[in-house]
Amino acid sequence: MNRRLPTNLVIGAVLVALVVGVAALSLVWTPHDPTLMNIRGKFADPSEAHWLGTDQLGRDVVSQLMAAARNSMTVALVAVLLGGSIGVALGLFASAVGGWVEDGVMRLADLGFAFPALLFAIMLAAVFGPSLSNAVLAIAFINIPIFARVTRGSANQIWTLDYVSASRAAGMNKFVISRDHILPNIAAAIIVQATIEFAVAILAEAALSYLGLGAQPPASSWGRMLSEAQTLMYLAPQLAIYPGLCIITAVLGFGLLGDGLRDISDPRLSRQR
Amino acid sequence: MGYFLIRRTVGFVLTLLAVSVVVFAVMNVLPGDPALTILGLDATEDALDALREQLGLNQPLLTRYFLWIWNAVQGDFGISHSFRVPVSTLIGERLPMTISLAVAGMFFTLIIALTLGIGAAARHRKFGDWGVMLISQLGIAIPAFWLSILLVMLFAVKLRWLPPGGFAGWSDPVAAMRSLILPTISLALVQSAVLARVTRSSALEVMRQDFVRTARASGLSRRRVLWRHVLPNALVPIVTIVGMQFAALVTGTIVIENVFYLPGLGRLIFQSIANRDLPTVQALVMLFAAIVVTANFIVDLLYVVIDPRLKARA
Amino acid sequence: MLELTDYSVNFSAGAALRQANLTIKPGDRLGIVGESGSGKTMLALSLMGMAPDGATLSGALCVDGIDMTQRNEIEWQNIRARRVAMIFQEPMAALNPLRRVGDTVMEPMRVHEGLSHDQAQARALSLFEEVGIPDPAARLRQFPHELSGGQRQRVLIALALACNPALLIADEPTTALDANVAVLITDLLVRLSQERQMALVFITHDIAAVARATQDIVVMYGGDMVEYGPTAEVLKTPHHPYTKGLLDALPDPSRTTHDANGKRRRLPTIPGTVPQLQDLPQGCRFAGRCPVEVPQCAAQKPATQSFAVNRSSACHLNEGAKR
Ligand SMILES: Nc1ncnc2c1ncn2[C@@H]1O[C@H](COP(=O)(O)OP(=O)(O)O)[C@@H](O)[C@H]1O
Ligand SMILES: [Mg+2]
Repeated sequence: MNRRLPTNLVIGAVLVALVVGVAALSLVWTPHDPTLMNIRGKFADPSEAHWLGTDQLGRDVVSQLMAAARNSMTVALVAVLLGGSIGVALGLFASAVGGWVEDGVMRLADLGFAFPALLFAIMLAAVFGPSLSNAVLAIAFINIPIFARVTRGSANQIWTLDYVSASRAAGMNKFVISRDHILPNIAAAIIVQATIEFAVAILAEAALSYLGLGAQPPASSWGRMLSEAQTLMYLAPQLAIYPGLCIITAVLGFGLLGDGLRDISDPRLSRQR
Repeated sequence: MGYFLIRRTVGFVLTLLAVSVVVFAVMNVLPGDPALTILGLDATEDALDALREQLGLNQPLLTRYFLWIWNAVQGDFGISHSFRVPVSTLIGERLPMTISLAVAGMFFTLIIALTLGIGAAARHRKFGDWGVMLISQLGIAIPAFWLSILLVMLFAVKLRWLPPGGFAGWSDPVAAMRSLILPTISLALVQSAVLARVTRSSALEVMRQDFVRTARASGLSRRRVLWRHVLPNALVPIVTIVGMQFAALVTGTIVIENVFYLPGLGRLIFQSIANRDLPTVQALVMLFAAIVVTANFIVDLLYVVIDPRLKARA
Repeated sequence: MLELTDYSVNFSAGAALRQANLTIKPGDRLGIVGESGSGKTMLALSLMGMAPDGATLSGALCVDGIDMTQRNEIEWQNIRARRVAMIFQEPMAALNPLRRVGDTVMEPMRVHEGLSHDQAQARALSLFEEVGIPDPAARLRQFPHELSGGQRQRVLIALALACNPALLIADEPTTALDANVAVLITDLLVRLSQERQMALVFITHDIAAVARATQDIVVMYGGDMVEYGPTAEVLKTPHHPYTKGLLDALPDPSRTTHDANGKRRRLPTIPGTVPQLQDLPQGCRFAGRCPVEVPQCAAQKPATQSFAVNRSSACHLNEGAKR
């Protein structure tokens, strides 16, 4: 067997390290205050002080991109953790109980697929007004059925293993078995899925913020920077380039990392692709 | 076969009902007082009462739900506050735009994805295959709205070949087509990235099967083997993804209409949010969700058309 | 009509076919036997111009007197189905599951000969009758999954006959079938070959079937043709130790396969298995498993010795015996 790490894993890990590193750095340091306006210095060209220049309000672009990276990572993390834990719990529960309960839970999960994150965010925005927390909720919501499905599928396989049936025959509680034996065994599949959904969440946050359903001013967001830049494309087209490149880097990074992790955790799957 | 149809249809109707419950619940149970949401905090008590009366908010929740469904089935989605016309009229006006965009987008998605996917499979492990995989990997990561902005900057701002956005109506078909070119391309390019990958891996799977060798041994050309024998057999996974992509297509249409300022349902939904026009938003969300559910239902039926073995089992 | 001269198929791992020499004339019925991995399928695919990607071909392969080794895919497409046709081992998987079998059989007629739908259908109908498919008109409209294994193999034979080929290659056509069906299919192939004056290359594990179906036989091992001759003679007096080994391994119906205690007796087999390409010895391929091996075997490829006009074998011991 070839022991070399898959290319997609390596590239993905590098990109992810870059984005996460920048996001972490922005917690303690950005070149300027990302929200600091300076109308006289608007649309500045790149310089020693402003590496990528300034925007229509004279804010430093690099600082905004860095703060946006942090916001984007936070949204994706919270949304995937929230939706993922509910989904995993539902999946484990369905798999442990089985029978019509399992069918019912999975049907319910199917229902979730009828609502893209955008539709859910639209409903929440219409009712509560647009906000970043609504965007997080919407993204978390679409993750529930995805994780429920993956968890239940992998868990059902583990339940058929000998030692699991043995502990069951020994009278162990199903939910204890789920926690102690099933969960550790399907952790790899869940982590792979989470990495891929992380990429999807970043993309969704950008789209929602672009549409005004996510991050609200003055919070920095790649999507919102793009929607502002769109109205300025005759004046300062460069402003529409940087945030897009950031989104691609982040999405590509997590996507490749997820693919790569799947390749090494389940060689059977990767050969099929 | 008959049994299969009935079971699937019943499932479809039940799913629609469940979706309507979710929509109704989110839009009516969560907010507390829709009248307050609509009119704002500074509204007078009289105005609020009048609106509650008009929306039927004084009736029990269950009654309101059934009234909503009952009317919706008959094509009555209530009155839009902000536009002061029936929601159904609004939908009727804007549906053609959204449908054209979605259908054209899906059409070009299929053409691009099948050509690239089958082409890549035919050149497995060669340069062309590698290139297609790289492009589609990038395509999956590109947000549709950013691609749109780039296309607008290139073709509208710099080259001035096409309008940057807006729509002057269908009366001038050439102008209408020109306004729809960039939106359609943006939609199709992003959608086809995923589908091209699925097509490629599905085709590679099929190409390993014995009947492909039989077809070649019958002296059929490579092209004929690919399109007439490999592609139909690769379709089942492709159709699954197409069904799942309908959700993405609906989302994509909403986004793209807002990027290009096109007067479709996606634009209407955002205007309604800004206007706090809850009945309109509720009707539109239900409509979009229904489109997604219907697409998946049609996919279920398509399987049976594609694969005669399933017909026997169904 | 078909002639191989010093024909080899090389992979980076090694030669899957080494300097094969073979002549097939119209109406010939030739058997090819050998263990799995001996290169039988490789030989068959080569005759169709369908050697896998990554193979380097050398020597000459002449169809109707024209060397095809350097010809491109398009030229081969004109040969396939019309001059040389092939049926495969696994009838279950060899038919497109989404197509009615009639449409599958009609396709090459329409593509190669430009027949109209009705003409093609009429010919498909008569082919189905010829290969012994009952109720042919109804069968034309059925899908592969609705037919039995034997029926499917008959459909594949009809497909191979669609454009009246001069040579039919059958690669283990009966291996996946029940024994009684296998006999029927074997007899059908023989009958078709006789009636149509069509050459038949019959590849099999089944020595009894070769004996029944063919006039001549090629024994293959490790990509080499180790013995060639009239089927009856070769089976009666094999010259090559590998052929002898194969025949000894045959389950003889006159010998019981169960011992006195009712336990299954182990059949005598050739010890070991066919090595992977990269592990094959450079000299005689059989070196290492051969019971009568001499030192030169592993190093030096034995030359093919002719004993009569149509009888040959490649073994160092035979050389010695002649000298
Ligand atoms: N595409 C390929 N690349 C490399 N080696 C191959 C390829 N296809 C077949 N072989 C090798 O060629 C040898 C002959 O195989 P085959 O013709 O299938 O044998 P048989 O049909 O007699 O069982 C085997 O050792 C096999 O591993
Ligand atoms: Mg074989």
